[in-house]
Amino acid sequence: MFNIVVYSLLSLVALCVLYPLVYVVSASFSDPQYIMGGEIWLWPKGMTVDSYASIFKNDAIVRGFLNTLLYTAAGTGLNLVMTILAAYPLSRSDFAGRNLFMGVMVFTMFFGGGLIPTYLLIKNLHLLNTFWVMILPGAVSVWNIIIMRTYFQQSIPAEMQEAAVIDGCSNFQTLIRIVLPLSMPIIAVTVLYYAVGHWNAFFNALLYLSDRKQFPLQLILREILIQGQTDEMVRASTESAIKQQRAVEGIKYAVLVVANIPMFLLYPFLQRYCVKVIMVGAIKG
Amino acid sequence: MAMLQQEHVGRKPLKSTARISRFSKILRNWQLYVMISPVLAYYILFHYVPMYGIQIAFKDFRINKGIWDSPWVGLKHFDRFFHSFFFERLIFNTIELGLYLIVIGFPIPILLALLLNEAKAERFKKFVQTITYAPHFLSTVVVVGMMMIFLNPRYGLVNQFIGALGGDTVNFMANPSWFKTLYVLSDVWQTMGWSSIIYLAALGGIDTQLHEAARVDGASRIRRIWHINLPGIRPTIVILLILNLGSVMAIGFEKVLLMQNNLNLASSDIIDTYVYRSGILDANYSFSAAIGLFSAVINFLLLVLVNAVARRAGGTSLW
Repeated sequence: MFNIVVYSLLSLVALCVLYPLVYVVSASFSDPQYIMGGEIWLWPKGMTVDSYASIFKNDAIVRGFLNTLLYTAAGTGLNLVMTILAAYPLSRSDFAGRNLFMGVMVFTMFFGGGLIPTYLLIKNLHLLNTFWVMILPGAVSVWNIIIMRTYFQQSIPAEMQEAAVIDGCSNFQTLIRIVLPLSMPIIAVTVLYYAVGHWNAFFNALLYLSDRKQFPLQLILREILIQGQTDEMVRASTESAIKQQRAVEGIKYAVLVVANIPMFLLYPFLQRYCVKVIMVGAIKG
Repeated sequence: MAMLQQEHVGRKPLKSTARISRFSKILRNWQLYVMISPVLAYYILFHYVPMYGIQIAFKDFRINKGIWDSPWVGLKHFDRFFHSFFFERLIFNTIELGLYLIVIGFPIPILLALLLNEAKAERFKKFVQTITYAPHFLSTVVVVGMMMIFLNPRYGLVNQFIGALGGDTVNFMANPSWFKTLYVLSDVWQTMGWSSIIYLAALGGIDTQLHEAARVDGASRIRRIWHINLPGIRPTIVILLILNLGSVMAIGFEKVLLMQNNLNLASSDIIDTYVYRSGILDANYSFSAAIGLFSAVINFLLLVLVNAVARRAGGTSLW
């Protein structure tokens, strides 16, 4: 009896989470006229890839996708370097001032200058509408520094680093030759965390970018899905109004799928590694 | 390193040499300071310089004069905010949305974790976890976009369903009374799985001997959940509740902004979105900086207060 309740409740939860996702994918492969007619419940109807074809013909979406790829790659690279540079010294018990440095960083988790002073700073630095504004303001996160520092402290034997020092390694050499090669799991997790963050970010772009050519995919998505600015999508076509409207509906679903393809490909890794980090953090904390 | 340090201490036990050895420790590790300096520079530039910029909340900021030379005006902007037409609405919406989110959104992951912990079929459990964790990785834009699609008054699935049952079309996104419920439900949909992980980890740490002993004594599964599992994860629950209560007014405002439109503004306008509108879009820098500071200070005090209460009451706290 108890088991029946447990399993049926869990099945219900899984169904509620899964259904909207399946529906979006099915709709993206369907003929838009069936979507608008409310004839799709689970499986695609009138199988077609027209919606995808119109996405790849659309400059704004393709450019947004490429911009996001660029921001994600460059941003994650910087994030990783900065996180290592902070986490390694902080992991060393003989690093005088580590508590002070840690405090300086942790304080920013609880209090900050706020939206307006930050915006004015970016403006004064002449970063508005530049590539750098998508990379620099979020160059590192305290949370990831703490996770990586903890890993360095707990998973890399201090004796090993001491041996390296005795053998004449400088601190930089110890980091690069001893510590980093042993830290691949945490580096993978950090990269995944940051990359997902960059891929999904839209707010900095909304604040600091006004040139559409630089927009990341998420801002284009916002235009299409939330603001309903789809005129440009179908402007070129000479189709009738009804057909245009149909094309727009189809594009909405297809663009949702395309925007999440990288996430879908990474999901097995994301799930496995990131869950592990939370588990470890929870037990230690 | 610990060994080297011990050697040092062992050789020079005198107090007066402590300072010298500290200095030599810094000197020996100069490369570590080089490493951390870019990160420190980042925090100073992008986090502490804006804190210096907070002073414009007490000034009439003019772009051509800069932050320092703009004239002081004391509490003028705060005064204007407290007496503005929006004040009550913003405070009310912010607190209501924050509390709604905690009341609904906080217990659900705990329940989910308790349920998952009871599911003994490994593969089924993995399957449910894989599905419920997935929405965590979707972007806010995607989640709000999906909501807009499903709730579309003409073509949306929800309204087609309502229509099929013979009901009237509901324009969910344009209706202020639906806004908060939609916000909370979509948040639960997106985060319940991921938030349950930490409780699952805590449940995994509970001593199985407790369960065995209870079973021998004839305790049912529900009683064991109530008397063993829940007390077992109590510290985790308290810590997360502190964090949540402390940030009750600091709602993830990106999503509010995305869901907001002129028609649901009465219910969807919160402090942060108002700061964005009046500050970035209307360029009232000083006025919005004042509002932002007001909310940041309240958030900070709230966290300190909730933490103090938790420490006194249950012995669990953040610091």
